[in-house]
This record gives sequence, structure tokens and C-alpha cells, in this order.
Amino acid sequence: MQRTSTKESSTSPLRQSLERVTALALTLLPLVLFAAAWQAGSSFARGGLVPAPLAVLSVMAAEARSGALFFNLGVTLARVAASFSLAMALGALLGVAMGRSKMLDRLCDPLLIILLHLPALVTIVLAYIWLGLNETAAVAAVALNKLPNTAVTLREGARALDRSLDEMAFVFKLPPGQRLRHVVLPQLAPYFAAAARSGLSLVWKIVLVAELLGRSSGVGFEIGVAFQLFDVTRLLAYALPFVGLMLAIETFFVRPAERHLSRWRTPHGA
Amino acid sequence: MALELSISRKDLRTASGQSRMVLRDVAFSLKQGEICALLGPSGCGKTTLLRIIAGLDSDFEGRAGLAPAQRVGMVFQEPRLLPWRSVAQNLRLVSTCGEADLLAIAAALHLTGHLDHFPGELSLGLARRAAIARAFAVRPDILLLDEPFVSLDPALARKLRDELIALVLKRKVTALLVTHDVAEAIAVADRIIVLSAAPGRLVADLPIDTPRQALAPAAAASLKAGILELMAKAQEP
Repeated sequence: MQRTSTKESSTSPLRQSLERVTALALTLLPLVLFAAAWQAGSSFARGGLVPAPLAVLSVMAAEARSGALFFNLGVTLARVAASFSLAMALGALLGVAMGRSKMLDRLCDPLLIILLHLPALVTIVLAYIWLGLNETAAVAAVALNKLPNTAVTLREGARALDRSLDEMAFVFKLPPGQRLRHVVLPQLAPYFAAAARSGLSLVWKIVLVAELLGRSSGVGFEIGVAFQLFDVTRLLAYALPFVGLMLAIETFFVRPAERHLSRWRTPHGA
Repeated sequence: MALELSISRKDLRTASGQSRMVLRDVAFSLKQGEICALLGPSGCGKTTLLRIIAGLDSDFEGRAGLAPAQRVGMVFQEPRLLPWRSVAQNLRLVSTCGEADLLAIAAALHLTGHLDHFPGELSLGLARRAAIARAFAVRPDILLLDEPFVSLDPALARKLRDELIALVLKRKVTALLVTHDVAEAIAVADRIIVLSAAPGRLVADLPIDTPRQALAPAAAASLKAGILELMAKAQEP
């Protein structure tokens, strides 16, 4: 009885909201410190090398009003989405196939290692030269940069598939579709989530480079223009919202999806 | 016949690449509705035999004939439930019986309050019950059980055993139960097949005439002594 009452008091609504506020404050504190340091730095630096936060905000607002900010964010996001899904889908297929077949693994492994270590810049430039300065080349080059990473992660997942569950599915005559959905995919889900999380951060960084090198729209293109004009204010006005957008996707989509997929893992271990 | 089995030889390759004979000249058949215990010391190839019957192992010399239309329900030594699906989902996934029947099976095994739980939230005893319920959910013609009561405390094991027998009898299932526990075999089966230590050979095939619940303690004790003697004799070189 005594123990129950202590437990209740530790999870009372007041205590809970207090904890939530503290957690939020701890998350925001570094951001506030960063903004303060930025403000201080901008008053020391000369020639607009470090623009004040407010100056960046006002450029951001102007670009937002003209619609250019949202257009460029949208274009970049579309490229991220296209190359990310392409890399995840093909990489996962290749990885699982390599994890299941020793022959395919031997055949593709050297190629995978080369791709894994090939600088993104080389892939992008080659893609633009061979396929032309177009959308296909940009998306393909970025996808090709992420693909080996996904394949390697999913190959580990496929190698770790539980044989005993496979036997269970065989004895109970589960049809292939159900076996995939209920037995195989849930085992691959953590590997897929890991690949997705590292993939998203990799893909959006490389998409910006691809845009800088060969597209005339998108956040990367705008940053390239700002670089040519030495306009740091404009550069930050595009970079910051994009980082914010990616953070939001990670927080509101990737993490909740991960939590949903691993809800069966009980705290004391399954 | 529910099952006809004749294995002349079965080798298992160890991780070091060596080959070891685990079964030799094991042949028997099961009649419809028979409850048979497969008894033998640890490592005599009982589980291997069960895997051959289930179709999980086809690398042996001989024949293992299950009629093709027969539905097999299996209870592995470990529960082998899908940890990312609730107990109810685990049962429904393989079920070929109606929802009401499924709930009746769950109720008979005292699982009703645990249907929404994930397997990771269950005790070993409950996970075993869920695995047994799953085997019944396919409306099996033949039920293969691999040491379903091992590492449960004796009182719990006895209770689960009684519930299992009740279900087997009610649903007229042919059952083959692997065990190394003589008393358990006597309590459950109406026929006991005794295997020797590895490589497992067929030592004895004993029918038990008296219905299992009615067997007097004295008769059970003498039967147990007889079987233990048989097993000891089979150990001798």
C-alpha cells in the first residue's frame, strides 16, 4: 500500500507537467545560449561576415513573403524524398538479397565496398556528365550515395533473421505474404529504422551539394548564389529553415515511427 | 494411420564438420486418436525425430509419412511466439477455426485475460500455454509436442498437463509427445515408445491399457520401474 502511494505521487499531474517543463527548458537552453553567442559574435565581426540574428530573420521573412523560400524548400524536399525512397527501397532489396544468398553476397560485395567509399562529389559530377544536368541525374546520384549504406545495414538484418521463427512459420503453413508481413519484416524493422535515420541526414546533405553543382533551384542552389555574392545573411536565411525542417521531420515522423515499431519491446526485455 | 515412420539412419553434422549418427532403425506408426509418448534420455534424437515428422528436416535415410492433407500443430521446446504480435494476434495468424472456437481454446488454457499481452510480458508458463493454444488453433489432426512441460514447476506442469490432455481428448487429436520424464509419459500417454541413448534405437513400444487418469499409483510405479530398467539395459554397451 505504502509503495503504491509513493508511486502515485511521483506520477501526479503537477509533478508530470513540472518534469515536462524542465525537459523542454533543458532542450531550449543550448539554443538560447547559441543565439546569444551569435548576437555577441555579430557585433564583433566586421563586414557582415557574421550577420545579426535579426538581420537573418528579416531576409528570411522577405524570402518567405515572395514565396521563394517555400518554393526552394519544397523543391529540395521533393529531391530528398525521391532519392531517399529510391535508395531505401533498392538498398533494402539488395541488402536482404545479399544477406540471404551467399553467392550474391560474394558477387556484389566488392562493388558495394567501392560505392561505400566513393566520394559523393565523384558520383554527382559523373551523373551530371553522363545523364545531363537534369533532375534524373541529381536524384540518381544522391540515391547512389545512400544505397550502399542501406544495403549493408539491411544485409546485417537479413543475416540475423531468426531461423526458429522461420521454422514455426513453415510448420504452421503461413502463406508467403503473411510470412513476410508478420515474421520477416518486423525483424528487419529496427535495421530499416537505423538505415532510415542515418540515411535522411546523409541524403539531405548530399542533395544540397548536387543542387549547388547542377540545378537552378532548391536550397543548395540559393546557397551557391549567396556564396558567389559573399552574402552570409542570405546563406543563413536558407540554411536555417532547412535544418529546422529536417529536425521537424526527424522529431515528428522518424522517431514516432520508430517508437510505434518497437512498442512490443517491454522495459524488462522480451 | 495418422503417421507412418521408418527411419533407417539419420546423421547430424556438428559445427566442427564431424558427422554423428543420432537415429538408427526407428520405425513405428500412430493410429488416429492415439496419444503416444516418445521417451528417451537427453540427446537421443527425440527432437530430431519430431523435426523429421514436422517436415523441418528431410536429410535422412528412410520414410516419414504424414498424410498430405493432415494439419500439423506443433509446440516447440521454446514457445516461438512472434514477440511483436499480441497473444491474440499470434493465435489468429495461424487459426483455421472460428473466433468462438479460438476463444474457447484460449479459455481452456486460462489465457483469456492475456490475449492483449505481448509475449515478452508473459511468464514462461503462460507463453507455453499460448504456444499450445496456437497449436490447437490450426485444428490439428496430429499434434507434435516437444517437452512442453520442461522447466515449469511441478505443480504448474501437472495442471498444464491435465488441461492439455483434456483438450486433446475433447478434440480427438492424435498426439506425439517427446519427453525424458518417465512419470510424465505414463501420466499422459496411452502408448509409450522408448528410445535408447544416442544413436537412438527403438527399445520398446508399450501400450498402456488402463486409461491414464485411472491408473492406480502402485501400477504406475511398477510400470515406471519397468521402463527405467529397460532404459538402463539399453544404455549398456
